[in-house]
Amino acid sequence: MSSYRIQGATGDWEVVIGLEVHAQVTSHAKLFSGASTAFGSEPNTQVSLVDAAMPGMLPTPNRECIRQAVRTGMAIDAAINKWSRFDRKNYFYADLPQGYQISQLYHPLVGEGTITVQLDEKDPESPVKAIGVERIHVEQDAGKLMHDQHPTRSYVDLNRSGVALMEIVSKPDMRSPAEAGAYVRKLRSILRYVGSCDGNMEEGSMRADVNVSVRKPGEEFGTRTETKNVNSVRFVMAVIEHEARRQVDVLEAGGKIVQETRLYDPDRGETRSMRSKEDAHDYRYFPDPDLLPLVLDDAFLAECRASLPELPDPKRRRYETELGLSAYNAAVLTAEVETTRWFEALLAECASQVTAKAAANWLISDLFGALNRLGRDIADSPVSPAQGAELLALIADGTISNTLGKQVFEIMLETGQGAGAIVEERGLKQTSDTGAIEAEIAKVIAANPDKVADYRGGKDKLFGFFVGQTMKAMAGKANPGVVNELLKKVLG
Amino acid sequence: MTKLTDLTVAGIRDGFRAGDFSAREVAEGFNAAVAGAKALNAFIVDTPDHALAAADAADAARAAGDAAKPLAGVPIGMKDLFCTKGVQTTAASHILEGFVPPYESTVSGKLWEAGAGMLGKLNLDQFAMGSSNETSYFGNVISPWRRSDGGNAAMAPGGSSGGSASAIAARLCPAATGTDTGGSIRQPAAFVGISGIKPTYGRCSRWGVVAFASSLDQAGPMARDVRDCAIMLEAMSGFDPKDSTSLDLAVPQWEAGLSSDLKGKRVGIPKEYRVEGMPAEIEALWQQGIDWLRDAGAEIVEVSLPHTRYALPAYYIIAPAEASSNLARYDGVRYGQRELPEGANLQDMYAATRSAGFGPEVKRRIMIGTYVLSAGYYDAYYTQAQKVRTLIARDFAEAWDHCDLLLTPTAPSAAFALGEKMADPLAMYLNDVFTVPSSLAGLPAMSVPGGLDAGGLPLGLQVIGRPLDEQSVLNAGLALEERAGFTARAEAWW
Repeated sequence: MSSYRIQGATGDWEVVIGLEVHAQVTSHAKLFSGASTAFGSEPNTQVSLVDAAMPGMLPTPNRECIRQAVRTGMAIDAAINKWSRFDRKNYFYADLPQGYQISQLYHPLVGEGTITVQLDEKDPESPVKAIGVERIHVEQDAGKLMHDQHPTRSYVDLNRSGVALMEIVSKPDMRSPAEAGAYVRKLRSILRYVGSCDGNMEEGSMRADVNVSVRKPGEEFGTRTETKNVNSVRFVMAVIEHEARRQVDVLEAGGKIVQETRLYDPDRGETRSMRSKEDAHDYRYFPDPDLLPLVLDDAFLAECRASLPELPDPKRRRYETELGLSAYNAAVLTAEVETTRWFEALLAECASQVTAKAAANWLISDLFGALNRLGRDIADSPVSPAQGAELLALIADGTISNTLGKQVFEIMLETGQGAGAIVEERGLKQTSDTGAIEAEIAKVIAANPDKVADYRGGKDKLFGFFVGQTMKAMAGKANPGVVNELLKKVLG
Repeated sequence: MTKLTDLTVAGIRDGFRAGDFSAREVAEGFNAAVAGAKALNAFIVDTPDHALAAADAADAARAAGDAAKPLAGVPIGMKDLFCTKGVQTTAASHILEGFVPPYESTVSGKLWEAGAGMLGKLNLDQFAMGSSNETSYFGNVISPWRRSDGGNAAMAPGGSSGGSASAIAARLCPAATGTDTGGSIRQPAAFVGISGIKPTYGRCSRWGVVAFASSLDQAGPMARDVRDCAIMLEAMSGFDPKDSTSLDLAVPQWEAGLSSDLKGKRVGIPKEYRVEGMPAEIEALWQQGIDWLRDAGAEIVEVSLPHTRYALPAYYIIAPAEASSNLARYDGVRYGQRELPEGANLQDMYAATRSAGFGPEVKRRIMIGTYVLSAGYYDAYYTQAQKVRTLIARDFAEAWDHCDLLLTPTAPSAAFALGEKMADPLAMYLNDVFTVPSSLAGLPAMSVPGGLDAGGLPLGLQVIGRPLDEQSVLNAGLALEERAGFTARAEAWW
């Protein structure tokens, strides 16, 4: 994957990628005011005097937003700066009521950290790569303009104005669209584990600015472009592919890359120039004189650390070593916090004879299969962990076979009934009654003398045929172990 | 009997409690004085009903036998930089003309809570930028004082709290709020012969005060004497969780702690404040002040504040830098004036609105501030100025190893006539040369009247104290006041 190359007429090109991810902090109030942050409210219903920048209004930092950013930093093993400071980034725009954004240019809250990604997420055995995070700082979001409401006017909605964002800036460590995609997915997974951002890219709670440049392998970094506000993993990867190709074409035609801001047009699948460096703003950053520097004490940091959950990587290792899960299963179960939560709830409900392995296999094949079919997330699974555990217990104690288990699960999905009730009502109990099984085996053997002869003549593979016939005759309710045993005895 | 409008805050408070008069009589007296003094242009908006309502509430409470609030029966003037709920607040600018805040600044709210009533919103230099009160969109404030040379030149009341100064000196209100960024309480107090104190930065909440330079702005009282300043400051101060630079400390009982006995106190005389070309009268008054404080029991020592001469340039970088950013919100989008020329786009609207809405001095400072913060100049100006600020604060910190207080003149001259310095912004900025260093260091500092110059105009003495030591500053102010026996007042011509 790191061998991703763009083929050009003059040879291969390498792509260099850095991402600035803006993640909306999960909190009930804005970064510097007490106004609510709920998504999708009527325009301008969540705007305090501070957010509207009324004369004399002052910002006061919201502790919860700071706490979430610190916890996020801790989750990527980053240096937490006990002393940080807010700066003003000055520019005029109608969606920016104060005429400046409060951000942290010079002294961010969180310093360098690392996010480790699997180079092929489908293959847990594939190599891993550590991608550096330069910094995380907190800043205010702007409001938004609404252009289509009036023939000659634009309206301003300040609901989002002042909402806390974490800007998570990677180092230019990524070399392929797939790596960038894996990075964003992993980052989103960590944010969701930590609970500091819901990672909902469709609602805009997470968006990425994509920095791309190309170079001949081994040469210096080329000039980069920045594509703003890309709001899905797929688009991030598409932007990189398109932008790298475009840059190679420009360079090979003898042109130069202009450092500029671009926009992604998902309908056409291309990026377009938004503004060049020449008309770039002079933001006139300076320390916000309304706010004292942010000083964190040890007790606060200790509380932040203690509140962190087990994170995806250590959890995956633990699933492998403690629970004995396969690397693949452990990776699948820990990729998203919702899956992990469901799995752990399932384990907690399971009786002792149900192994973690059996639970994991059932969740990944049966439950995920069903959810895929139904187009539902695990968070709104039609079957609860307790119901799953009940089913697994019936399989584990031999009440039903695996095959029957699948049937019972289908009925559970359709009816919402519990596994026990279904087995009881429909008489699906597996039988280990050797008498009944022996009687059926006798019939099968009597009906297939030629096959018996072939088997005895050395065609071992026919054994499965006898098992299948016997199970069919028993309507699937026979204990497969007992069937096997008895068949072996009879067939000799 | 003394006219009610000649009473001090303490006099009104005590007389009202004693039942000598009703609060309504007081409010009516001052309302009439305000209405009769339009020539001074001290008020932008009169609010006689606000004053009467507070007075009636005080009278009703007294009749019901309720304990009197600290400022019950006392009407005051409110600098129009404080947002007042339901009452136009403009910062003396066109851009906020007609703006009526739906909220009350913390400081004004505390004063109403203490029982005070509002006579009106006082004129000031536009966005508190100016030292003569000639930059208000609503016209110049005129000092009640005239030179004794027989001329009738209209005198500057100082700035930016010129409306407050003029109104108190003319007995239109017993006290008023001021704000001080680089001397805006102390210099006008000196020009009109009243007292004013800027407390330690963080004592008074800035919430709801239209911002000029956030790291320097501090509210404080202006009144006729030191006791009134102490009473007012007690009511205005206190922690406010809505201002993150507010100090989380209890408010001392400054009035109860007043004492003019300075035994055991050492007063420093900073040698760098003897500036070239300072009038001999200022020099003489300063010496007089030194003698008065020695007489009050203080030991006088010479101290050095070596970076004093860099204070003014640093101030005129930092304050405009913050102002250029703080005033960005006046863009015509949400409130206040909007200019929308035919076919204008967003940028055109900003430019037209801000061109029409801000006066020349405000524009000048926005331009300076924008320049000093711009890429390529930031380090040369802003960073350098912040370093100077640190050195100046260190100068004071080192001075406190040798003394408890500092005594200096408040301003380098007496009041000048309106128009005299408007053509020369640098000469105007020099007015703040003695008040700016303590502002940069966030220290409490007060001006009290010391005497008159040859032209019959008041001169002020400034006392600067350690952080949070307002009590010592007030006490030294009281010692000066008692010895100066300043009783001069402007003859009513308006």
